[in-house]
Formats: sequence, C-alpha cells, structure tokens
Amino acid sequence: MTNTVIQATNLSKAYRLGVVNNSFPTLRDALASGARRILHRKPDLGRRNGGDDQFWALRNVSFEVRAGEVLAVIGPNGAGKSTILKILAKIVEPTSGRATIRGRLGALLEVGTGFHAELTGRENIFLNGAILGMRRAEIRSKLDEIVDFSGVEPFLDTPVKRYSSGMYLRLAFAIAAHVDPDILVIDEILAVGDAAFQKKCIAKAESVAETGRTVLIASHQMSVLQRLCNRAILIDGGTILADGPTSDLVRNYLQTQEAHASTDLSTRTTRTGRGRLRVVGIEVFNKKGPLASGQPAVFRLQVDGPREAAQCLVTIIDDLGDPVTSFDTLEHSLHDRQGDVYTVDVKSLMLRPGRYRIDVALVADDRVVEDHVETAAVFDVMPGLLDDRPVTAQPGFGSVSFPHRWVVRR
Amino acid sequence: MGHQGRRDAIIVSVWTGPQPAAAETVIDPSRKRRLIDLSELWRYREVVFFLAWRDFKVRYRQTYLGVLWAMLQPLVAMSVFSVFFGRLVGVSSNGAPYPLFVLCGLVPWNFFSRAVGSMAGSLVNNQELVKRVYFPRLIIPMSAMATCVTDMIVGLALLFAAMLVFGSWPAPQVLFLPLFVLVMAASATGLGVALSAINVRFRDVGYLVPFSLQIVLFMTPVVYPGNLVPHFWRPIYSLNPMVGIVEAVRWSVLGTPADWVMISISTLSSLALLVAGLAIFSKSERAFPDLI
Repeated sequence: MTNTVIQATNLSKAYRLGVVNNSFPTLRDALASGARRILHRKPDLGRRNGGDDQFWALRNVSFEVRAGEVLAVIGPNGAGKSTILKILAKIVEPTSGRATIRGRLGALLEVGTGFHAELTGRENIFLNGAILGMRRAEIRSKLDEIVDFSGVEPFLDTPVKRYSSGMYLRLAFAIAAHVDPDILVIDEILAVGDAAFQKKCIAKAESVAETGRTVLIASHQMSVLQRLCNRAILIDGGTILADGPTSDLVRNYLQTQEAHASTDLSTRTTRTGRGRLRVVGIEVFNKKGPLASGQPAVFRLQVDGPREAAQCLVTIIDDLGDPVTSFDTLEHSLHDRQGDVYTVDVKSLMLRPGRYRIDVALVADDRVVEDHVETAAVFDVMPGLLDDRPVTAQPGFGSVSFPHRWVVRR
Repeated sequence: MGHQGRRDAIIVSVWTGPQPAAAETVIDPSRKRRLIDLSELWRYREVVFFLAWRDFKVRYRQTYLGVLWAMLQPLVAMSVFSVFFGRLVGVSSNGAPYPLFVLCGLVPWNFFSRAVGSMAGSLVNNQELVKRVYFPRLIIPMSAMATCVTDMIVGLALLFAAMLVFGSWPAPQVLFLPLFVLVMAASATGLGVALSAINVRFRDVGYLVPFSLQIVLFMTPVVYPGNLVPHFWRPIYSLNPMVGIVEAVRWSVLGTPADWVMISISTLSSLALLVAGLAIFSKSERAFPDLI
C-alpha cells in the first residue's frame, strides 16, 4: 500500500543476559577468556553455553502502520513495548528482521534528554531541539511558542540546575512537543508531571493526531490510549498477541491482567525491582461481610525477604486503568516498619461499585525499588451504603464517592 | 457513556490524506555498513555544533580566569620546560630559541593529547544521549574534538605572538601549516574514535589513556628535536604519528630542518590510524546502546 509509513517484518531483538545485568566486562575478563580459549582450544563452557544466556525481548514481530493512524502499544512491563519503539527510532539495532519507515520520525522516549544543568533555559532549548532533530532556524522560529507553552519565561536565562523539577519538566516537554515529525513515537512520557501538566500533554498529543500525522504511543494509562488511539497492538513476551480496535484490546488486556492476579504472587515473574524483598501475597477483605461501598476494608500484604525497613506503596486502579488513590507508608512516617505483614485499615471504602485492581511496590531505604507488581490483585466492590446513602455504579462518571448531602431550596 | 462518545469524535477528526513524498529509512541489521556516512553526518551537522558549543560554554563556567586558562597552561609549561631542558640540561633546539621551539611542540601535542583524552571518554560521558536518541554516534567524539580546536587556535595565536616577542618571523612555508593540522586531526580522530568505542565495553580505557599519553609525550619530539634519535631507529620512532607532525609544524612555523622520511612515515601512520579507528567504531557502533 502506498500510504504505509511503517512496515515492520519479523523484528527480533536478543539481549545477552550478562549485559542486561549491567556488569561491565573488563579487559581482564576478555584477556582471561581469550587465554583460556588458546589453552584449552574449546569454548568457555561455564559462561557461553549456546543461547541459554540470551534473552529475547522481541521475537518475529511484524506490523504495519498507515499514515495518519494513532497506534497504541499495550502490554505489561517487560513485554517489549519500549524495544519496538527504540528499534523504530534507530536507537537499538534489531538482531534480525527489517523495518521500513517513510518520513521523518521523531521519538520522545524521555523528555529532557541531553539537557545540561549548567546551561540556561534558552541555551537548552537550542541544544535539546538540535538533538531532537530540529534545525536552528526552526528552533528560532518556534522559540516564543516553546517558551509560552513551558511558562518558564522569567527564568529563561537562568541555568536549569536552579529550576524546580516541575519547571525542568515543563520546559523539556515544551521542546519535545514542538518537534514536528511525520511520525511521532511516544513512550510513557504521559505518565510524568502533575495533573495539569498531564492534561496539557494529552491535549498536545490530540492536536498532533488531528493534523493527520502518524503517532505511536506506549502507555499504561488505558483511558488515555482509548481516547487517543483508533488502533492498538497488544504485546506480551516479545510477540504481538492481538492487533485491532483500541477498546477491544484494552478490555482484552485488562482481563488477562486480572487472570494474572488470581495466581500466587510468590510465583509471579512479571514483576520488576531488585527483588531482595518481594510481595508474596495480598488479601483484600471486609471482616464483617462482602466488600462494599461505604463499608470497612482491609488490605493485607505478605512480604518475603530479609527483615528490614522498607516503604510500601499500594495503588488502586479502576477498570479503565486510571489510578483512583494510593496508600503509602511514606506519608504516615511509620516508625516500626521491620515486619513482614503490612496492613492498611480503611474505615469506609469510598469506591463506587465495580472492579478494581491493585499495583504494589516496595522501596528499600536506599530508595531502590525492591519489588513492583502490576495488577497484584483484583477485587470487586458491591453496592453499599455510604453515610447512610446508597452508592451505585456509574460507568464513565468516576469511581469515587464521598459522604454528601443534597440541599435544594426555592 | 461519556468515554465512548468522546473517542468517536476524535477518530472522525483524524485525517488520512496523502503523505508528501518523504525519505525512506530502512532498518536492517544485515545491510552492509559503510566506514563513514558523510551525507548523514552532514544532515546532523548542527548537532555537532551544539554539542561542541555546550562543552565550550560549560568548560569555563564558574571559573575566575575563564578562557585565559587556554593561554596560561601552554605558557607555564613553556617556561618550566625552558628552564629545565633549555637552560639546565641544554637540549638542542636546532637553532631556534628554546622557548619558541618547545612552545611549537607543545601546541600540537596539547591538541592531540586533549583531543584523544576527551574523545575517549565522550561516548560514556554522553550515555544518556546514546541510549535515548538517535543521531550518528560519530557526532559525539567529533564534537568532543571540536572543543579542543578552539584551544589550539588560541595556542597558535600565542605561538605567533611569542615569535614577535623573540623578533623572529614565520617562514613562507607557514602556508603548509593547515595541511599538517589536518593530518594531526586525522590521527587524533582515528585514535580517539577507536578508544571511545572500546571504552563502551572496557572501562579500562579511562585509566589507560591519561597514563599512556604521558609516556607518549616522551616518545614525541616536544622538548627535544627529532634528530636526536639515531638514524637507525627513526622509521620505527616515526610510527608515532605525532613525531612527524611536530617536526613538520616546526619546519613550517620556525623553519627548522625537517626529516622528510620521518614526516612521510608519520603521515601514512596517521591515515592508517584514521581508517582503522573508523572501522573499529562503525563495527561496534550498533551495540553501543546495549552495552553502555
């Protein structure tokens, strides 16, 4: 087809596991293994036995994107989403396969790439713009727009090391948002910043889509993807599981995520983090009956590993993939955290009836994420009474309810 | 349902008209690699400029003397070497005043050693860029060298000023100087680019380079004239590209006698270094983001 802008055929990517583990090989290792090879005249069996130490991030992935399509890339962490986008952006070379891209492709894999702390905001606009593929004349003509969008005008000639993290982020996104490629590749950047900033980002992505340019977005925010994208591909384990309308795939994906949650957490492999401490079990229950709106609830996490202080985070996510609320030990400066059972006691569950899932994370005191499990558990909330008033499901109108009273006067 | 209606509205507004004819990019690991893709480098030339400009800007930020450092370093080195080697040891300087003689060696040597040193670390120091955006990776070491060019220009200006002070005038063969500077840039590029690529895999390079450069300084006729080396050893000695380059720069600026065999061998060795360096770089380039 003539208006195919991306044609990917059998893309595969293998990583050497030693490389993924981030251990730098030293010259000594190379010399030692070289010497061993000469001495023994046979391969080093201890470390290079065939393909065992290879990890296939992608395997025979083929797809096609037509001009003007807004494609969502859906999948759990480590599914291969970022690898696909990095290959298309030419950052990572595939191990085999082929991709043809027609037109200028711009990738926003992380905003603020190439920012230099010592340079001023204005200088960084030019530097970052050039790195993202803009011409100097192009940057100059868009300078006012970028400054306007970022709202950092008074600090334009201040080194960015003196910026607040919010200002830094806004400036970085403003630059990225003004690169005008034919094909835009976005990886999870919509997840950063405060709500107002996210809204701005989404609005910008919408306007890019409306001008007929091709966009590829990988994100965990299903509601955003459903809003922006007409088509989606679902990836897991490095292969494409489904390709079709976004709403179907999102439903499909969330269902498989829930199926995951019913399995024992101690054997879950789709998790990230250092792994010394791990969440091995989750219970969500009400001592007095079913889980229902307005009723008490208990969230209990069983942690396995050395008994040491850690911070625990629990996020409740609704059926559209949007976070509703979260609990964490950070906010409550819990002093005695050296246990292996973490319990959150909720006096009154202010969720509307429906299905929710929980993401959990454990963070060690050296700020390293020990364990992060998405969709660690799924629970259903039944209709109930909140402050003596019935709460019912209202799909599409939010998932939280407050104790409230109506007053009508004439 | 609010969500559904909203999404349909957006789908309707997506325009799928014809795309203007645009360049096609093919990603294929089995395709043949060129040693150097000049047309692609040219397209990204502004990135070289901006990265070099960034390094230059950052370099003297929050320093009191600023760009004066570029003058102060060779001047101090010249004075120290003049006192110890020129006066105390009495090293021959082939008829030129010793301070000029040694400065004329220091300016190219400083360029070479600084360029090689900063290129070697460039990819690792800019790993955020390597991992997150695409542009020809060669741009990173090249822009690292570009910053050293400004120092060399300051150094050359200083050299000509020093000549005026000593009452000598450049010989007419000074017109050949740019040619030797190019050969020097070629050898620095070859070595620096290769080391930057090896450094991605073996961080040992970071320890090896500064110390090796100190040793090579003594294997280069910077504080002594090249004709101090016996004839028999000169061809091997000249495999060090900087041997012929320093000799040639002295010949063109100060008019000291030159050994053309040494200069030719060093030039060939520079070009060989350039080709080998680019070959090593382009061969390992594709694995950088996975290894860095």
